[in-house]
Amino acid sequence: MFELISEMFSYSFLSRAVIVGILVALCAALLGVTLVLKRYSMIGDGLSHVGFGAMSVAIAMNAAPLAVAIPVVVIAAFLLLRLSEKAKLKSDAAIALISTSALATGVIVTSLTSGLNADIYSYMFGSILAMSDGDVYLSLSVALVVLVLYVIFYNKIFAITFDEDFAQATGIKTRFYNVLIATLTALTVVVGMRIMGTMLISGLIIFPALTAMRVCKSFRTVVIFSTVISAVCFFAGMVLSYTLGTPAGASIVATNALAFIIFFVIGKLSAK
Amino acid sequence: MPLVSCKNLTLSYESEVAVQHLCIDIESGDYLCVVGENGTGKSTLIKGILGLMRPKSGEIVYGDVNRKEIGYLPQQSAIQRDFPASVWEVVLSGCIGKHGIFNVTYSKEDKERASKNMKIMGISDLKKRSYRELSGGQQQRVLLARALCATTKLLLLDEPVTGLDPLATAELYSLIKKLNREENITVVMVSHDVSCALHDSNKVLHMGSNGAVLFFGESDEYRESSISARFLRCDCACHGRGEHNHV
Ligand SMILES: Nc1ncnc2c1ncn2[C@@H]1O[C@H](COP(=O)(O)OP(=O)(O)OP(=O)(O)O)[C@@H](O)[C@H]1O
Ligand SMILES: [Mg+2]
Repeated sequence: MFELISEMFSYSFLSRAVIVGILVALCAALLGVTLVLKRYSMIGDGLSHVGFGAMSVAIAMNAAPLAVAIPVVVIAAFLLLRLSEKAKLKSDAAIALISTSALATGVIVTSLTSGLNADIYSYMFGSILAMSDGDVYLSLSVALVVLVLYVIFYNKIFAITFDEDFAQATGIKTRFYNVLIATLTALTVVVGMRIMGTMLISGLIIFPALTAMRVCKSFRTVVIFSTVISAVCFFAGMVLSYTLGTPAGASIVATNALAFIIFFVIGKLSAK
Repeated sequence: MPLVSCKNLTLSYESEVAVQHLCIDIESGDYLCVVGENGTGKSTLIKGILGLMRPKSGEIVYGDVNRKEIGYLPQQSAIQRDFPASVWEVVLSGCIGKHGIFNVTYSKEDKERASKNMKIMGISDLKKRSYRELSGGQQQRVLLARALCATTKLLLLDEPVTGLDPLATAELYSLIKKLNREENITVVMVSHDVSCALHDSNKVLHMGSNGAVLFFGESDEYRESSISARFLRCDCACHGRGEHNHV
């Protein structure tokens, strides 16, 4: 096992993917707790589809994919958030509308220009080879920003997640924090998409939070445990992907799903 | 000067008016009970006073209370009952309003305040328990302790006893009464339980359809008035109880 891991790390692109990936997994887990508890789970999914659309258009126009995708996805995050604030009931349908339209746009644009090539495939299902040096630095800075802001605003994020009306009534600028969370989610999604793929990135956001909620009783432990489980599952998924030769994103979601099942059972057993 | 004064206040959602031309004064030390049928704008009024909704017309004038120093107990549906949080985390979050943007941790005073309010609510022993594992009555006490962390002057309670059994209801009412009489906290409570409205409160606001005011005044006057008659009879018939909530 140890040999296997050291062998993995002898490939520089793999160790790069693991380091970036673990940081992204931490961010996704942190944000995921709030998104899941606020019933905004689908936003991550919607944003990744918008990201896909933006990247395909960028490639067709020969622009840098991330430079186009990040602003587009951040704007989409604002829109989705506003939609969910305005009409809680209709928001899941609205998200589905936006995300499928973006996906369709991406597919049409690419098939008209270059055909569905390997790039698009790697955006759909992720690729650890997709990381350039620039991507690595970008991902690292995004991850750092998310982690630092989350720690600074932790208490306010708790208050808003638990009861937004109360937080707003006591003078917290809930709109600001909601926008902040949406922006950080957008950044995490775009960066994480490279490894995980459009179709699978939302798994990285939703699973760790849900897994932690099976067994943890306080918000703080949910947050801590979900980051730990997210990092561990990411690493295990990468090892799995390396040994079996399966795509990284799918392997990581699979280990997350396995962890969820295990802790679901543990939670049920310990409740008795 | 009244603590809170609504001057010809109208609140509305995009399509419909929920509170119309409301003129009421809430004096310091009052215990105001807001009654009325479903959908008559009671919760909307509470949200207006909290500053969660901007008035369509008219205004709300705050006296000796900062708008941000109001304790709030939301109507039950608004909060997630299965939220993973410890009781301590929930109560402490009531202190968040005083924090500046880069205030990362709770201060010692915050923690003392939270402890004190948990003691008042009789939930000190629940501190480490998970909020989602508590009974409905215990959860209401936790939320009330949180509300107390946010205020020393004005509490807005939106149907605090919904879903509680008669004993827990009576206990919660006597706690609220104690806060009003002993801690000198002004209370505005939305309730469907009119018999309580008449016993503990000193003022009543009865809202009618489309947020019109049917009655506003002293509780004693309300008891004599014809508006209360229908409501009261119904209340007794439905619940078959008289003064049980008097402790
Ligand atoms: N978020 C909203 N968007 C649009 N209309 C709303 C919203 N909330 C309430 N309303 C409408 O405003 C009116 C007043 O609602 P409100 O919740 O204030 O009533 P209420 O007196 O608190 O009723 P209940 O006793 O059922 O709690 C209702 O007709 C309702 O349909
Ligand atoms: Mg209501």
